[in-house]
Amino acid sequence: MTTAPTPMRLLKDIDEPGLATREVYERLGGYAAMRRAVTEMEPDEVLSDISESDVRGRGGAGFAMGKKAGFIPKGDMDKYLVCNADESEPGAFKDRVLIQRNPHLLVEGCIIGARAIGANKAFIYIRGEYELQGDILEAAVAEAYAAGYLGRDILDAGFDLDLVVHRGAGAYICGEETGLLDSLEGKRGNPRLKPPFPANAGLYQGPTLINNVETLCNVPLVIGMGVEAYREVGSDQSKGTKVVSVSGNVKRPGNYEVALGTPIREIVYELAGGPLEGREIKCFFPGGSSAPVLTGDEGLDLAYDFETMAAAGSMLGSGSIIVVDDAQPLVPLALRLAHFYRHESCGKCTPCREGTNWTVKMLERVDSGEATPMDLELLQQVQTNIEGNCLCVLGDSMAMPIGSMLVKFRAEFEQHAERARMRNDAALVEQPAPELAATPQVGPA
Amino acid sequence: MSARQPNGSIRGERPLVADRLVGLDHQIASGKPSVAGGWDLPADLDKDPAVIPQLADVRVPPELKADIEYRMSLYPDARSAVIPALRAAQRHHGYLSTPAMLQVAAVMKVTPAYLSSIASFYDMLNEEPRGRHYVYVCTSVSCHLSNAKAVYEAIVEAAEEAELGDTDIREFECLGACDMQPMASVDGRYVGPLDVSDAPAIVAAVREGRKPLPGRGLEDSDHMPPGAGDPPPQEEAPQ
Repeated sequence: MTTAPTPMRLLKDIDEPGLATREVYERLGGYAAMRRAVTEMEPDEVLSDISESDVRGRGGAGFAMGKKAGFIPKGDMDKYLVCNADESEPGAFKDRVLIQRNPHLLVEGCIIGARAIGANKAFIYIRGEYELQGDILEAAVAEAYAAGYLGRDILDAGFDLDLVVHRGAGAYICGEETGLLDSLEGKRGNPRLKPPFPANAGLYQGPTLINNVETLCNVPLVIGMGVEAYREVGSDQSKGTKVVSVSGNVKRPGNYEVALGTPIREIVYELAGGPLEGREIKCFFPGGSSAPVLTGDEGLDLAYDFETMAAAGSMLGSGSIIVVDDAQPLVPLALRLAHFYRHESCGKCTPCREGTNWTVKMLERVDSGEATPMDLELLQQVQTNIEGNCLCVLGDSMAMPIGSMLVKFRAEFEQHAERARMRNDAALVEQPAPELAATPQVGPA
Repeated sequence: MSARQPNGSIRGERPLVADRLVGLDHQIASGKPSVAGGWDLPADLDKDPAVIPQLADVRVPPELKADIEYRMSLYPDARSAVIPALRAAQRHHGYLSTPAMLQVAAVMKVTPAYLSSIASFYDMLNEEPRGRHYVYVCTSVSCHLSNAKAVYEAIVEAAEEAELGDTDIREFECLGACDMQPMASVDGRYVGPLDVSDAPAIVAAVREGRKPLPGRGLEDSDHMPPGAGDPPPQEEAPQ
């Protein structure tokens, strides 16, 4: 572990004791960028800095933040900034660390973001399970209010902003931006039909900018260090650093900040310690559980950035690498995944509601030995029929990884089904005959 | 009987809202929150058929009322406060019982049915008594890969053995702490990495109202998720 001159930005001071307090945060240079953005810069200048820095959304889609903010109409209407802190993607835990250790960075990011689009009301939607993190964030917001960084006439610059920490109550779908908006409006978290996009008709039908925690945490860096310095790190089209959550079968699961474009092998082996003793990497999810899996051979030597992952047929997603080693059977893993998406499907669109349900049922058959080889065909078809056919990508998030497992590890699925079937047959033969005779009307053998 | 009025509504022997609320106490006692008038009453198509309970009819604990009203004041549209309000009521009552729902409905001026539509959507809101304490054991992908199911089963078994009551123990979706896999959230306190042998200690702590597994929670000062880049000094977990 000698290489990887990690350009730490977001996690630079993360282990500093008391970083969650305003005092320590400001001692380390915090809120300086906010001061500049509010008192010295016009909203348009802030916006153009964000655009020129090429900050891309860290929540999953990788859409350029500047472009998204640029869609917000100009004018005096009520506009909203919403921070998506509903981190529920299996394998993702980067936002948790940022909020828990460095909540003021997020608050500062929200202030600058709101300044750029002219929003006077901002919300941070944090998942309900993050009770501790929610408390810390609320305390930080209260400190910012007390210091005059939030509220009326911030720093006497004539800019008003209210920031509310809103806690969810346990629903993965509320991490989808329009589902989040519905939930924030006090409804069930069902995704909306797009267009209109939130930039035009979002929260309370007003123009709304929604960004992930890590994206907004990058904003103070852009303003603080300047566009040029910010762009020095990263690959051609993916600028800046990325906090990568590595978990699964590795020695040191955790959050690691790397420059975008760092080879995956370096992240998994050097930072996270590689697979456990005597194990090999069978496959891994490069961007949380909804990314198509890559096998160790095809994926480990790729660069970790948005374009390379997309070109490899997967995605960077939320930046969470889940490593699966060769001791793990894939069928129970796929079943676990499918269970998750079945439970979390909001039920609005048929392909997702029914598709997730039938995927679970078919995988259970594969696992229990009741499946025929045709079932795998059918399973594959179901995945194809979900993709792209729903209002949001929750169904796709199951269809893509399971579909990719079926393609890349077809033999293992077949073997699993066959072995389970043989086990059942053996058990049947061993059964004493009288019992079978006692229940002849059960059905054909 | 009823006749269609010029304004298009159907008028019949429809009791006033106040009259319909007379039976509310009985409905609360029977556990059936029927705010509909009944089968034999025609519907007034101009009106929302559901009844919003009035504050005068429902006794709301003052601190709960103040809490909900404060949360409603934070949003441009007071309905946005529905999740925080239901969470507050759940903390107060243990679960979202019929009286709890009526109280929130009265303060927020919405129908209990609307609240129920919300409560049934979110995992952390319980319309049935599941226990004042919770142990959510993450069995999602990363924890699954490190044997979380066995940990969950061990905790259930230990709880049965110790006859632990008033606690909601369930498998939960990813709790966002894969760096301490396999893990659990005990009343919001994240503990991990867990082993099957930790189950009795967790159950005992919940039973006695103590912090479970001191030193192994996320907020404990000696528990550090590995910082980026720098190799951890020793093995992170003692396991």
